[in-house]
Amino acid sequence: MPDETQTITLTIDGQEIHVPPGTTILEAAEQNGITIPHVCYHEALTPPAVCRVCVVEVEGARVLQAACVAECAPDMVVHTHSERVETSRRTILEMLSSAVTLDEAPELQQLLEEYQADTSRFSGGKRREFELLDDNPFYVRDYSQCIMCWRCVEICADDGQYAFALNFGGRGFQSHIATFRDYPLPDTTCVFCGQCVNVCPTGALKPKIEWGLEQGLGPEEIRQLTRRGKKRKKGNGRE
Amino acid sequence: MDANSEVDLSQLDPVLDRYRDGGRTSLLPALHEAQRIYGYLPDPVLTAIGQALRVPLADIHGVVEFYTMFYDRLTGERIVRICTDPACALAGGEQVLEAACRHAGNIRPGETSPDGAVTVERATCIGLCDQAPAALVNEQAFAGLTPDDVEALLAGQGNAPEVRITGEPRVLSRRVGKISPTDLEAHRTGGAFEGLKHALTGMTPEEVIEEVKRSGLVGRGGAAFPTGLKWQFTRGAEGQPKYVVCNADESEPGTFKDRVLMEGDPFRVLEGMTICGYAIGSSKGYLFIRGEYPHAAAVLEEAVAAARQANLLGENILGTDFSFEIEIRRGAGAYICGEETALFEAIEGKRGYPRLKPPFPTTHGLFNRPTVINNVETLASVPDILTNGAEWFQQWGTEHSTGLKLFCVSGHVGQPSLVEAPFGITLRELIERYCGGFDGTPQAVLMGGAAGAFLTPDQFDTPLTFEDLRPLGASIGSGAIMVFNESVDLREVLRTLGHFFAHESCGKCYPCQLGTQRQMEILDRVAEGQAQAGDIERLTLIGQTMTDASICGLGQTAGMAVMSALRLWPDLFAPNGKGSA
Repeated sequence: MPDETQTITLTIDGQEIHVPPGTTILEAAEQNGITIPHVCYHEALTPPAVCRVCVVEVEGARVLQAACVAECAPDMVVHTHSERVETSRRTILEMLSSAVTLDEAPELQQLLEEYQADTSRFSGGKRREFELLDDNPFYVRDYSQCIMCWRCVEICADDGQYAFALNFGGRGFQSHIATFRDYPLPDTTCVFCGQCVNVCPTGALKPKIEWGLEQGLGPEEIRQLTRRGKKRKKGNGRE
Repeated sequence: MDANSEVDLSQLDPVLDRYRDGGRTSLLPALHEAQRIYGYLPDPVLTAIGQALRVPLADIHGVVEFYTMFYDRLTGERIVRICTDPACALAGGEQVLEAACRHAGNIRPGETSPDGAVTVERATCIGLCDQAPAALVNEQAFAGLTPDDVEALLAGQGNAPEVRITGEPRVLSRRVGKISPTDLEAHRTGGAFEGLKHALTGMTPEEVIEEVKRSGLVGRGGAAFPTGLKWQFTRGAEGQPKYVVCNADESEPGTFKDRVLMEGDPFRVLEGMTICGYAIGSSKGYLFIRGEYPHAAAVLEEAVAAARQANLLGENILGTDFSFEIEIRRGAGAYICGEETALFEAIEGKRGYPRLKPPFPTTHGLFNRPTVINNVETLASVPDILTNGAEWFQQWGTEHSTGLKLFCVSGHVGQPSLVEAPFGITLRELIERYCGGFDGTPQAVLMGGAAGAFLTPDQFDTPLTFEDLRPLGASIGSGAIMVFNESVDLREVLRTLGHFFAHESCGKCYPCQLGTQRQMEILDRVAEGQAQAGDIERLTLIGQTMTDASICGLGQTAGMAVMSALRLWPDLFAPNGKGSA
């Protein structure tokens, strides 16, 4: 166990910073007014450290470090906006925008702008496209907008609800969020707690009412839609 | 699926009974056995397994989807996996695959013949690069195929692979091919288990670690970490039990040394693991072998049983108070599981996602316990060091690259084969003395497998050591040496590598998940002569980002060969590039 009374001194972007042991670089930076962008990180969840947008350059380290999980160490010298860091961030954002629809992800839109990402650089390649899944009365799933941040899977499992209804399908670029054998949600262990919808940073998971209003439907029509058994489509199930 | 309602679950009961107590770590073994019974993994079978092992069904889905050798639908009676990775592609693997697909009834790779007899698949490297092109039909390997062989191949017949091994001195490989692989007595006459005996009867665990450290042995899987140091860290780590894990997930395209060792001298590997167990204070070892090596797995199972029978494994080994067990675990088609932490995840019954490091395996490894994980060749090098001493081992190689190494030579040489030689031999000498020389005029060598870098003929006199290759931006890696002569269009080789990494990326972190896909697409158009303005910059950005920002070694090296090609032959990637052929 780290000695809580000790203080670690490190340098972030030329600024000397003092933090207790166990503090991540991201926390240390934020506490001192230094902004490190991040995408998958959510303060209530185990950081999966998959987006790698929060990477920073730590002097002496072979590769960049994910600030959300890398802990501060004595005399560490960190650069949060070096050219190497910015290149990786921009390239990740450009590749992401070439694969996924980010129209309803304001935080990502802002990052794309901030990093002057050339969203056409990697365009023309394969995109992750899925049909909208409308299989329950509470929310719809549009995985064409899913950035694979893992938040829904984590909160559905032991970071939150212990429902374990969600996991992954495929591998590599083809990875996607999936239920057991792609069953419609009502046929899974989903308890419709709605927490996955809350933590989703894009338009991939959306309350059905919000979705209905966007479709230009009136209250009565939405009410009809959300009645189980009516207009219910199967998932992309294999039955 | 209609078939699901007809699944007879009673056949599964003995399997579930056997694995019930194991919980989630038994997931891959249970799925393997279920698939053997039913031919695939129907929903009710998965549900029953999930209930028995107490694994959420969504997680089971995730696992089945992750490993390419698990099937959620009925396959053909025979699954024919034809390798098209670089060495096999050079030797006509694509043509064999095409012919097989045609012969099976004009199907596409991945499909099953209309009569349900065969499923034909494109395989990633199956470790027979010296006898390319090669294929696996269910659990049997075939080598040296031509398109004319496909009729027999689809029926499960053909040339069995042979043991091709050369070099000097033959120490590590000296029993391979000379003694029946599982004849324990004959192996003991040949010196097997002498090192273990030395360790158990004459040395303390600390002395064993000291001897391994002094020998200068470093990991042979690619990362070259000092073996003795790793053992020392694990011995000193808090927490019990501790584990020994043998990484037998040899999957680096162009690499086949571990397969040859395991198939020819399984006892040497078991002995190395047992010595490690004694040294670090562990009583349990796991050997995780890739799913594409069914023959080696069977040989190892038999060897474990024989060793146990002879009290070389189990309780009170050789009459001492040291006890050690080894369990063989089979992978199911995922290159990423060669990454040490992804391999732990697979043993634990999960998707093979690499973990974030730190913490490192020496303190938080398998089941979050202190763990030594070593490559097959590394562990196999240990017994002789204990029998003969560290100085004996240091007589070969250089100060920073001691000992002997198994090199896997494939491609355009007279005699592709496994070569045992001391570190410090030059590439040219290795090929001219042991592999029948170059076949044609050499153009380049891919050193270290798909995750390696290219060397050009002016670099062929470089000694093969860690320290001499580093300045060239190359590394020994797994010991794979793939030779391309001037008839080869290197853009095709790069395209194959691009497909390999896109197929094998686990998809956990963005740089690799997205980068391997975009890299593949660009390499496709480069190979087709359709390179676009800006492609060099795109490939450079992808390569830099994957190298710098990926979580694990797969992503960090997935752009390595491409970036080395960009440095050496930028013209290959220019719009309207003419290529090298």
